[in-house]
Amino acid sequence: MSHQALPRPRFDAPEPERASKAALKMDAKATPLLQGKVSEIPDALFGWTMRLCGLAVVSLLVLIVYELIVRSQLSWHAFGWKFFAQSDWNPVEEQFGALPFIYGTVVSSLLSLVIAVPLAVGVAVFITEMCPAALRGILSFTTELLAAIPSVIYGLWAIFVLVPLLRTYVQPFLAQTLGWTGLFTGPPYGIGMLAAGVILAIMIIPIISSITREVLTVVPQHQREGVLALGATRWEMIRMGVLRNARAGIVGAVILGLGRALGETMAVTMVIGNRPEIAKSLFAPGYTMASVLANEFSEATSNMYLSALIEIGLALFLVTIIVNALARLMVWSVTRGLPARNIA
Amino acid sequence: MTINFTPIGWRRRVVDHFMTGVAVLTVVLVLLPLGAIFAYLIYKGAGSINWAFLTQTPKPVGEPGGGMANAIIGSMVILAIASLMGVPLGIGAGIYLSEYGRNRYGDVVRFVSDVLNGVPSIVIGIVAYGLVVLRQGHFSALAGGVALAIMMVPTIARTTEQMLLLVPQAIREAAYGLGIPRWRTTLSITLRTATSGVITGVMLAFARVAGETAPLLFTAFGNQYWNWKSDQPTAALSLQIFTYAISPFDEWHRQAWAGALVLIILIVGAVAAVRLAVKHGTLAGA
Repeated sequence: MSHQALPRPRFDAPEPERASKAALKMDAKATPLLQGKVSEIPDALFGWTMRLCGLAVVSLLVLIVYELIVRSQLSWHAFGWKFFAQSDWNPVEEQFGALPFIYGTVVSSLLSLVIAVPLAVGVAVFITEMCPAALRGILSFTTELLAAIPSVIYGLWAIFVLVPLLRTYVQPFLAQTLGWTGLFTGPPYGIGMLAAGVILAIMIIPIISSITREVLTVVPQHQREGVLALGATRWEMIRMGVLRNARAGIVGAVILGLGRALGETMAVTMVIGNRPEIAKSLFAPGYTMASVLANEFSEATSNMYLSALIEIGLALFLVTIIVNALARLMVWSVTRGLPARNIA
Repeated sequence: MTINFTPIGWRRRVVDHFMTGVAVLTVVLVLLPLGAIFAYLIYKGAGSINWAFLTQTPKPVGEPGGGMANAIIGSMVILAIASLMGVPLGIGAGIYLSEYGRNRYGDVVRFVSDVLNGVPSIVIGIVAYGLVVLRQGHFSALAGGVALAIMMVPTIARTTEQMLLLVPQAIREAAYGLGIPRWRTTLSITLRTATSGVITGVMLAFARVAGETAPLLFTAFGNQYWNWKSDQPTAALSLQIFTYAISPFDEWHRQAWAGALVLIILIVGAVAAVRLAVKHGTLAGA
């Protein structure tokens, strides 16, 4: 779904502006053929209505920024930058610090990338480079299908299938083998940071793999043929001829996945445990910026409480925008045919 | 970079086969959860859907039975409001981008819609809360519709633009040559040629917002009873699934699965129905 939003290369874009002016001029010369004069008012009206629609898209963004900034002023003036450095979240005493939520968002997103990136890139490589043509369509359709499932259904599945699975099999195993790292200690609840990371990974795999696939198909065929002709095996060809050329685009795809993971709300809220604590162990419950909004926004009783939550929303908004803009630039650099070496 | 290949030795062969195996393994690992989700959805959901589920409102805690009829209708109402606002605006913006926006201003709009596409849905919920709920003084279906409409616009705008760009320039010029004004050409020739693509884009956007929960939490809010007013809190299927899934009651868990299956069926059904209408029905030939 997300690859729809990628810009196309612009060189083949038609130029209606020039063409139509030329056409109108021809109309003027050809008046004897036409009955009466063509009014220009409906044309202008239509053109400006469409421009208004374009303007509306821009004003939507302005409106979002305005709403978030204005409604978070109270908390911004009360706490300043300390808001993002304090870990005390106490609505009763109106003490608000967003650090545990920032920590939870960052850790759960990074964890999901660690799991999702190898899998997503592997799937993309398999579909573009190894897969028999007959399987290709079905496989890409099925991976895209993952992207069409609503977040709340992922969450439902995670609560009743993934979490018990983690609790009974995965967590005891991890604690036994990797417990010494300190990342996998404590009671295996099932619910917690690990569960959030895994369900996020499942949700962002389709995006990363569909954009990686797009980037891989842009790598020129003669690159592959050249490396093969030098006597490389297929894997060496993929490593040297394909992945190396596409790396900026793949990084872009990964960052797009990150952007999605940062803002993902429902599934994470349902399995992360929702406790504003910073714990080293991934078994421990956590809280993310998006899930504190989901849980507490409609129950926020005081103006300060609401304002603090909206400030978290503003921070989340800014971070995802920066991450997304970065990712788009990297994907463009590859799909628009710039040499990858200059960027990565 | 110098690449110096010796004749393919056993080690390189083994590595090659190993990596192929790894790639196949990743595919299996990715398809496994997908299969598991659908299997569970059908297994758990189909066993829980019955006539009462589709026709009754929720029963109080502890009482068995009841259903999600009000949530099903509520979702439809919210989506209808969202589509009424989002689809025309999105298509208009798409027309602007492809027919008028081949310049710097267009580039700005293009970039902004890509940015809007990446805004987390929960943040859109906050904005709709500020715009509608705070002004009206209460949660409402309208607020939920506004939130979803904001999410639909950028997707529709960009796909509409791409579909209109696929229409050959020669067709537009032929229309101009016949003396047809530009607005008429755009609507009756260009847009009409691209109809099926534009509708696919609209349905993609629709499917994407139909299952959204986060922006509805504090806009539509949910409701245990029937509500036919667009300015009152309204139940939505996705909200109901969320509430029931995190509840401690087995009966509600069962209904959450049923709700999830109904939600998926409704989304797929709506998309399929529109596709079919484009192919055979009233819109045929459009």
